[in-house]
Amino acid sequence: MTRKAVALISGGLDSLLAAKLIQDQGIEVEGINFFTGFCVEGHTHAIRKQDRSKVKRNNALWVAEQLGIKLHIVDIVEEYKNVVINPKHGYGANLNPCLDCKIFMVQKAHEWIQENNFDFIITGEVMGQRPMSQRKKTLPVVSAESGAQDLLLRPLCAHNLPETKPEKEGWVEREKLMGITGRSRKQQMTLAKQFGFEDYAQPAGGCCFLTDQNYAVKLQDLWDNRGHKNYEIDDIMLLKVGRHIRPSKAFKLIIAREEGETRFLSGYKKQFQSIKTISHAGPMSLVEGDKLDQQQIQLACAITARFSKGRDEESVEVLFSDADQNTQEIHIKPLAEIQSDWYIT
Amino acid sequence: MNQAVVELDARRLLCPMPVIKLQDCLKKQAMGTRVEITSTDPGAMNDIPTWCRINGHDLISSREDGMEFVFLVEKGAD
Repeated sequence: MTRKAVALISGGLDSLLAAKLIQDQGIEVEGINFFTGFCVEGHTHAIRKQDRSKVKRNNALWVAEQLGIKLHIVDIVEEYKNVVINPKHGYGANLNPCLDCKIFMVQKAHEWIQENNFDFIITGEVMGQRPMSQRKKTLPVVSAESGAQDLLLRPLCAHNLPETKPEKEGWVEREKLMGITGRSRKQQMTLAKQFGFEDYAQPAGGCCFLTDQNYAVKLQDLWDNRGHKNYEIDDIMLLKVGRHIRPSKAFKLIIAREEGETRFLSGYKKQFQSIKTISHAGPMSLVEGDKLDQQQIQLACAITARFSKGRDEESVEVLFSDADQNTQEIHIKPLAEIQSDWYIT
Repeated sequence: MNQAVVELDARRLLCPMPVIKLQDCLKKQAMGTRVEITSTDPGAMNDIPTWCRINGHDLISSREDGMEFVFLVEKGAD
């Protein structure tokens, strides 16, 4: 009887190698990849006009094709919110809840194997490779709290861990698994060479923006100013686009940096108040906040005009639209200087 | 007789969301059903053909139409 395993495929080298080691033992492997909303690897390229011709490949799909396996991409955006908002094990250096994230993904994979009659789960985890989720103490926590228990096999560091069910039952040979530890990538690179894998994602295919300091600052600002930690998918997408400027607690401006971003932000005009310079070439701005009063509108328009070709003019004409598309044409002197502490970075 | 085509609008969605939309739609369809998906993400030009290849679906055609990318996909065996 052919046993079946589902491999968590991030798109990095480790999950590629882990899946390959198991596949080579005659196990039927399929891949699973979770979309959290924060895996926005190629989004900046997709949005910005200057980068549209340099589109990045999706590394998880690339890995699956190298292995010749199916890949199931699962949208967990809604359920994942609780992981980001209330991580039981806390955050890492930024807003990355890595341990809770791994537990959650393995838990989802465990549910998936039960629904789809698969036998076990494999991940590319390596003991000691990551400071939060891949330590000697935390690997057993992932197995236990996800509910997967001994159905979770880590082929790259299996020799450093207790035997799992696939090993005990003889579905896989433990001797053919690895005992890699630590942050060095040497052994993985040697293994990749043996298997003939080239052009894999460097350094490790991680694409979670919660580990990015600039991104985390913007998300924290969003939470602080809303007074709660909830978010929608559009919120987390918009944190990747444009300059973010907060001149007061009442509102934030998202100002496009180039044509592609202006086009992207234009898609949100019905959800936000927006500003566009019309007398001079200039960016689109979205206003994140409650309905602005006239004084706030003047300030928001003066800031937006500052980033137009008319920045040194005495007066620039801008179009202010509310979310119902009621518009005002406003003549405004561009702001001479943007206070440095208004930038959310 | 022309074969009916299910139309999917994935405009403004960034990858992998167009792929997820296509995947979830095909799950509900019978083998041989054709789905036409329109995306505005240039990443779809890589991702949708790759996803079709690895999951056993036929990409009948793909074309760029201004700022949009249109794919006709026929569902393969589960």
